[in-house]
Amino acid sequence: MITIIDYGEGNLGSVEKALLHVGADAIISSSPDDLRRADAVILPGVGSFDDCIKGLRNRGLEEPIKQVVAEGKPFLGICLGMQLLFASSEEGTLPGLSILPGKVVRFRHELKIPQIGWNQVSKKAPAPHLEGVPDGSWVYFVHSYYAEPEDDDIIATTTDYGIEFCSAVWRGNVFATQYHPEKSQAVGLQILDNFRKIAEGA
Amino acid sequence: MLAKRIIPCLDVTGGRVVKGVHFVDLVDAGDPVEQAANYDAQGADELTFLDITATSDARAVLLDMIRRVAEQVFIPFTVGGGIRSTEDIREILRAGADKISINTAAVLDRDLISQGSERFGAQCIVVAIDARRVRPEGSPKPDLGYAPDAQIEWKVYTHGGRTVTDIDALEWAREVEQRGAGELLVTSMDADGTTSGYDIELLRRISSSVSIPVIASGGAGHSGHMYDALTLGQADAVLAASIFHFGQTTVGEIKQQLADRDIPVRL
Repeated sequence: MITIIDYGEGNLGSVEKALLHVGADAIISSSPDDLRRADAVILPGVGSFDDCIKGLRNRGLEEPIKQVVAEGKPFLGICLGMQLLFASSEEGTLPGLSILPGKVVRFRHELKIPQIGWNQVSKKAPAPHLEGVPDGSWVYFVHSYYAEPEDDDIIATTTDYGIEFCSAVWRGNVFATQYHPEKSQAVGLQILDNFRKIAEGA
Repeated sequence: MLAKRIIPCLDVTGGRVVKGVHFVDLVDAGDPVEQAANYDAQGADELTFLDITATSDARAVLLDMIRRVAEQVFIPFTVGGGIRSTEDIREILRAGADKISINTAAVLDRDLISQGSERFGAQCIVVAIDARRVRPEGSPKPDLGYAPDAQIEWKVYTHGGRTVTDIDALEWAREVEQRGAGELLVTSMDADGTTSGYDIELLRRISSSVSIPVIASGGAGHSGHMYDALTLGQADAVLAASIFHFGQTTVGEIKQQLADRDIPVRL
């Protein structure tokens, strides 16, 4: 069972529907118990950094998240869910989950912000959740901020939007994409299917 | 590099796709899920559904359609038509839409933009701007091409283009950006339905006065018009209805033609 963490007003239905489409057993829940019972966890994310951290805290989810990650359960952060894994963000003042060292910064250039639409990934290192995703694949982005990991070794893909930024990471049981696999057509379904397999193997 | 997006727009009513010109002579054009899957297979980057007879009775039918599309199609889609409150927005997003688009409601209740943006995130709030050039009664049809030095004014229209407001379209674009819109869907009422090209100058002026993405709408007849909207008009995406619905061309053909002219597209 994959638990999709519900902590506010986001559209989590599309993540759930895409997971069901690849044959995963998934539920949406805001209960710390469902989180602890899960075989694997997905932290999606829309909205602002501080609102999401508050949403997690108000539901008593911050500690259970850190706990399931520490236990080695597969964990996938999507979009803001990737950013929340880091220590801080220029978008807010509250600390992030600090599961991965690094910070989240805003695009500083003259291009349109947010970046909305399809852009390509350039693979930097093999990562289990991106298995079978060809270099140069198109994926769907909606964001104004991006992660700057302290450790370059965890960067799985980068993407060019005015600058080359980190668009996916992998460290141990923690997987994340800045892009939305649930909206990235066949490539995205491949990523979710990979995560399903990782979850079932755990 | 970020690709320019090609977005087919589907008019729906009573849970079915309909085709017509200027909302008249509507004919049934099939099941929204099948149509959506078909455009997805052609390479559409997103889809927009416009509920053209949005009434509160039809809301349940619309929500059911959104759920069915979301189960089958894994590209982003926007739903517009008859959205009046944050509760309407919530229902549509919960059903599986990625974004909502508002026009009349945004003009009548400007706080709806900021409330929607704060509650659900700017990324899902598209403000649709229907604009028409101000010109004297009976004057000839304006040339809608690139004209950076021309003195042109556009007014915002609501209620599907039936009601003119006193709002300047460029000022409105800046205001809705400040209020938290994530994208603008800019439709030229002068160009809409003509298939003779987008209003390039309208697009260019709006796009250069906001920092959020602009989707061009109204007037697409072939890929050359889209090329102009994406280059001279500085649009980030192009939306079209009739050229796709009547089988004139496919999304794939359009994208290939744009790629041949060095426009970054997802192929």
